[in-house]
Amino acid sequence: MNTKDIFNFLKPKNELENQGEFAQNHPYIPEELWVKCPVCKNVILSSDLVDNHKVCTKCNYHFRIAARQRIEMTVDEGTFSETDADMSSKNIIDFPDYTRKLKNAKINSGENESVITGTAKIGGTDTVIAVMNSQFMMGSMGTVTGEKITRAFEYATEHKLPIVIFTVSGGARMQEGIMSLMQMAKTSGAAKLHSDAGLLYITVLTDPTTGGVTASFAMEGDIILAEPHALIGFAGPRVIEQTIRQKLPKDFQSAEFLLEKGFVDAVVQRKDMKQTLAKLLKLHCKAKKEEVNEDERV
Amino acid sequence: MSAYDCVIAARANDRPTSIDYITRIFGDSFFELHGDRRFSDDKAVVGGIAELNGEPITVIGLEKGRNLKERMYRNFGSSHPEGYRKALRLMKQAEKFKRPVICFVDTSGAYCGIGAEERGQGQAIAENLMEMMTLRTPILSIFIGEGGSGGALALAVSDEVWMLENAIYSVISPEGCASILWKDSSKTAEASECLKLTSQDLFKLGVIERIIREPKDVDSKLFDSLKNLIASTFEKKMAIAPEKLIESRYNRFRKF
Repeated sequence: MNTKDIFNFLKPKNELENQGEFAQNHPYIPEELWVKCPVCKNVILSSDLVDNHKVCTKCNYHFRIAARQRIEMTVDEGTFSETDADMSSKNIIDFPDYTRKLKNAKINSGENESVITGTAKIGGTDTVIAVMNSQFMMGSMGTVTGEKITRAFEYATEHKLPIVIFTVSGGARMQEGIMSLMQMAKTSGAAKLHSDAGLLYITVLTDPTTGGVTASFAMEGDIILAEPHALIGFAGPRVIEQTIRQKLPKDFQSAEFLLEKGFVDAVVQRKDMKQTLAKLLKLHCKAKKEEVNEDERV
Repeated sequence: MSAYDCVIAARANDRPTSIDYITRIFGDSFFELHGDRRFSDDKAVVGGIAELNGEPITVIGLEKGRNLKERMYRNFGSSHPEGYRKALRLMKQAEKFKRPVICFVDTSGAYCGIGAEERGQGQAIAENLMEMMTLRTPILSIFIGEGGSGGALALAVSDEVWMLENAIYSVISPEGCASILWKDSSKTAEASECLKLTSQDLFKLGVIERIIREPKDVDSKLFDSLKNLIASTFEKKMAIAPEKLIESRYNRFRKF
């Protein structure tokens, strides 16, 4: 390793990163044994962190986690069946450097897009699930992201299923120009038809959920949950500070702040998320059965 | 005209604003309605009822203001959540009384600030997108100047979207795009090209249905022809059953 490489040193996030372009530019190191919490600086044994749902054992900081891990933590074992796994974005408006960025995002995340969709059972209840991935271009919403979420809603409407969406996003994907903006309308329309069919939609806002995703499907759930301390907002804190030329108060735009202001139903610890979703899904499942009985009576 | 020339023209101070269009097209028949019935009356959104060739119509416009004093009063056309909630209230009213809705769009974007976030800017926009999609009456949106991101889309989930020739519509301002992409907000001209934000580009992409030619000097001809165009469009749209209308509106956005 020469001195130049020291500054070029990055920890690979997963197996796929050790291949292709990334591996050529960065020296390989194995998974670290220790992880430092970015908030309290506490050093935690990696295995302890995993056992604790990737939540800091000392200060309760919820580490950002990959979509696959989230699904594993949330759904009943072996019940997840992925849909539209192969869909991936193209550089539709010939935006400079986007093709390369997409390629890198695929390598870095090991995924084809910023959202994974599918069907699963949570606590025994059938549901559609979509989980966004911060490792893919900061979960930005491109055409394919919007399309996969729209299809997930349409599938749920057609099969009379509830839908659970975990959001994490920096907002609309600038590199797709107006087409990314249109995804906000498209996904909202699909959410509305699902809602009009009397079906349950639960959103779980995770760190960070901002911009075009906040201003569309993230805020359209019948029930909106959030992970502790997650940053949630329309404009990002830096943009606001630049606009109003003053420092923002501490915890502004945190999940707890939104709970206080009335925009979130509950802040739920990661360790309790699965059972909370299971409970809520079950409650609505019951309501649906009664409705069927009533119809039969008529 | 380059994309950047369009950006400059779309933002020009002497460009007609929503109030100009409302006054010139609907004249004295316009009666302004205020407030979102939740928190306050947002001055960046003007709304009310008017008459178009004898038929009632709901009119909503994002208003930037025509001089500095007005611009400050109108918060430079950047709405808080209350503005979007006022717009939605008026749209729901239009649905109830079975009259069409016209929206004039001219904003650099939804306002970013402490109050806007505290009162749910994202939620307000999201609700408009959702509710407009299934509104049981025709909606037409005309971009007359700037169409800034979600703050513009919140008044543009419509059956048709038209743009003035030199208006723009973009997911992010060219300055914002340049500073993210090249860490240099002065590369606005390059960013304007990349974003495909002109009426020509957007027409090609199928995002808008019609481009309204702009005469060199804005004269009454523009408003007269626009008035006739709006009237004949609504005449056709009002004849369509609400279910059909909603279906084609959904498909309009579903294709993107």
